Amino acid sequence: MSTFDLSSDANNRSDGRQAGGVPADRASSRRRGNTTISPQGTPNRRNTELALLAFAVVLPVLAYANVGLAMDDKLPTGMLGYGLGMGALALIAHLLMRKFAPYADPLMLPIATLLNGLGLVMIWRLDKAGPLLHKNFAAAPNQLMWSGLGIALFIVVMVFLKDHRVLQRYTYISMAVALVLLAAPAFFPARKEDFGAKIWIRMGAFSIQPGEFAKIILTVFFAGYLMVKRDALALASRRFMGLYLPRGRDLGPIIVIWLLSLLILVFENDLGSSFLYFGLFVVMLYVATERTSWIIFGLLMSVGGAVAVASTTSHVKTRIDAWLDPMAAFAPKPPDGATEQIGQSLMALGSGGVTGSGLGQGRSWLIDFAAKSDFILGSFGEELGLTGMMAIFMLYALLIQRGLRTAIAARDPFGKLFAVGLSSAMALQVFVVAGGVTGLIPLTGMTMPFLAQGGSSVVANWALVAILLKISDSARRPGVEPAPATELQGGAAA
Amino acid sequence: MNKPIRRVSIFCLVLILALMVRTNWVQGVQAEAWATNKNNKRQVYDRYAHPRGNIIVDGQPVTQSAFVNGLRYKYKRSWVDGPMYAPVTGYSSQAFGASQLEQLEDGILSGSDDRLFFRNTLDMLTGEPKKGGDVVTTINAKAQKAAFEGLGNKKGAVVALDPRTGAILSLVSTPSYDPGVFAGNEPADSKAWTDLNADPNKPMLNRALRETYPPGSTFKLVTAAAAFENGLYQNIDDTTDTPDPYILPGTKTELKNESEFEKCANATLKSGMDQSCNTVYGKLGADLGKDKMRAQAEKFGFNSTVDTPIRSEKSVFPTGSTPDGTALDSIGQHDTRATPLQMAMVSAAIANNGSLMQPYLVQQERSASLTAISQHSEKQFSQPISPATAAKLQEMMVSVVENGTGKNARIPGLTVGGKTGTAQHGEDNAGLPFAWFTSYAKTADGRSVAVAVVVEDGSNNRDGISGGRLAAPIAKSVMQAVLGK
Repeated sequence: MSTFDLSSDANNRSDGRQAGGVPADRASSRRRGNTTISPQGTPNRRNTELALLAFAVVLPVLAYANVGLAMDDKLPTGMLGYGLGMGALALIAHLLMRKFAPYADPLMLPIATLLNGLGLVMIWRLDKAGPLLHKNFAAAPNQLMWSGLGIALFIVVMVFLKDHRVLQRYTYISMAVALVLLAAPAFFPARKEDFGAKIWIRMGAFSIQPGEFAKIILTVFFAGYLMVKRDALALASRRFMGLYLPRGRDLGPIIVIWLLSLLILVFENDLGSSFLYFGLFVVMLYVATERTSWIIFGLLMSVGGAVAVASTTSHVKTRIDAWLDPMAAFAPKPPDGATEQIGQSLMALGSGGVTGSGLGQGRSWLIDFAAKSDFILGSFGEELGLTGMMAIFMLYALLIQRGLRTAIAARDPFGKLFAVGLSSAMALQVFVVAGGVTGLIPLTGMTMPFLAQGGSSVVANWALVAILLKISDSARRPGVEPAPATELQGGAAA
Repeated sequence: MNKPIRRVSIFCLVLILALMVRTNWVQGVQAEAWATNKNNKRQVYDRYAHPRGNIIVDGQPVTQSAFVNGLRYKYKRSWVDGPMYAPVTGYSSQAFGASQLEQLEDGILSGSDDRLFFRNTLDMLTGEPKKGGDVVTTINAKAQKAAFEGLGNKKGAVVALDPRTGAILSLVSTPSYDPGVFAGNEPADSKAWTDLNADPNKPMLNRALRETYPPGSTFKLVTAAAAFENGLYQNIDDTTDTPDPYILPGTKTELKNESEFEKCANATLKSGMDQSCNTVYGKLGADLGKDKMRAQAEKFGFNSTVDTPIRSEKSVFPTGSTPDGTALDSIGQHDTRATPLQMAMVSAAIANNGSLMQPYLVQQERSASLTAISQHSEKQFSQPISPATAAKLQEMMVSVVENGTGKNARIPGLTVGGKTGTAQHGEDNAGLPFAWFTSYAKTADGRSVAVAVVVEDGSNNRDGISGGRLAAPIAKSVMQAVLGK
């Protein structure tokens, strides 16, 4: 079986295979060739997007006003400019989408805008805590600039990425770039205040976190490679102890790349990213091969890896200890390397309770220097309460599910894999960060997509959403007819 | 590939769901525990985020809440006449927590009390700034001042009670401290706190409630009460069968009196009280036995804490003494210990015809809008002695002031009864004795006050110390202040 056979219509064939047991699906697959979308006659929903976008701009502006009133008893002076700026950027993005991605999903841009806007408000609010926050610096203007750059990159992707499938060509270049990006921070000295993690490239006052970009670029590689090798991986395998093990020449290269990135991350003490890349890899392998055994395999390996890393690195051990006993750092003689942050975060969440203290009226600066970055969710939890947290989680759930829906709707296997990869990367990242902040899992130190302070993160996530929207646009675009039914069956026969 | 994608999306939903469940757990179920965790600094910031209510004495606040608009704390507590009122108010410090009324009434003062919930909600809706409620004390400003100035730079304590109600009219402990010097959270506050804690004179000790002293001869009132209550003697003029010196039962140790000129051999109860004969009351206690003595002492409040609401230390009458020990216990030496409040309660019970009222310090709690939230209702602590016994003891106490060791407490126009005490203490009684005076005064129209005074190390030599000389004048000025003579 050659790779040529698998390239273009693998998607349709797989749908046919899946639909086999379900008569209704089979019927619709005959009609459309795809069970999950019906492009013809579907409204493009751009007006819905515009309305949601207006809401996504107005809400943070009101939140901004709320903070000003709560903290200074007056409306913030920059409110109008901020609102107009946000509105203008969102409007430009929207208008360009009307031209360049008219059939794209209508929810993603508003959700990203809303999250980014709320994040900005919270960062500005924590800036105002001023000298109370340890090593405080005004981050909101920077974040605003990075958000602007992020939206600019979003627009660039919108305009210049004509078809997401071109990225397929860069499969191996992506691999190389991702590895370089991941490895680069190892050559820059770690600072004490970075809490052991070496995940930044610094040039003077300027620093980027290449891991955020590598996330997208590595997904390009995984998607490109797996698309080509998926059948070889799925079918040309030997059964061993109930598991289907693929041939080494198919699996080998990807395992090597993946292990390499994990090793780099472990070396750089970037646990969150390690977990993210691991999960991303397993999910994409599973989706590409449709073999459940990969999940079992992945789980076994992750448990093994986790135990191995936890028992060898003191850094990890410290974090697990802090997770098991978040209040240990408050003891008269705290253990080495203990941090108050998780305990502070839990106290912030608890103090917020169900309805929260109100924007600008909490004291989440007690979480200390990470209040605006890793722990911004703790700040939200205190000031917006459980109610606000649920809303934020819902926004992420929606964003992720729209991405996965795009994957289902995508017509090409590369697009499917790419969309699955990007969406599940976002899901894993949200889980790892929020899980750490709420004490569900040990803290690993990543940024909450869009919400948290951090230039690389904001820019990379805007790019991620732009790519998802492009895939979504091509999936929902009625102009491209699905492959005719005869060809579909021919493909299956081959 | 759609089937695995659907499964992946379910997996992603499960991840988000796990976060939601966890957040509900932390912010819903555990919220209160995290919010009130002792390491959660929000509680102390909240306490100083709005003006704190005041502690009121005679209609005037003795506390203030100044708007300092600090970065973390918006308000800072300060006190009017801090050292004088410190044993009543306690402190409320941003850095070092709170004590006494500031701590016990924190709910009202900070406005977080559940009983203020309705008021607070209303204020929140109408946009009124939050403000704590007030605590109205029973303290009489003039009596407090008289006691504080009477003690001056001596070490000691004064407690004055209204015998009919139990209201605490004055509560003074010296040397004292100004709670305002460490109310903030600055280096200067830390230094003041450290210095006060390191001070060998223990200025932050509330001697009126928290320090127990050997009560010395003032305890003879309790012994006399036990004698009448148990029928050992009927009248104050009954002569006792007491040798001088008295050999402590079961030993060869002689119990002597302070002075050889005292006529204590076979003295009457009254005369023994007037001259404060150790032999008479030591033998009396030994004759009654430790159980009867202890039962009587406990009815007066010994061996139990008293919440005023500031908790007073337990005064002690020992349970397991040998007969010679009981003899010494009965004259307020050996293992007997009493707080100034306890001895004031003894006087108050006698003055109130045998009924001991529960001592209390808080008359009323009220909201910031002056609505009363709670009002103290008087209640009896116990009935330690019958009215007949009380009348006999009153007569003896009046006699002490008229004819005996308490002459310095005489006030023209008032019926004053008292009992002096000069308590030995220290290893082999090496320390300078404590001077005691417990007393009461009554006006013709029935108003009354009971006062206990203790002065520690009031003089440089033993001869200079006696309850009558050091403590009685202070009690006198407090009684005058209360009854207006």
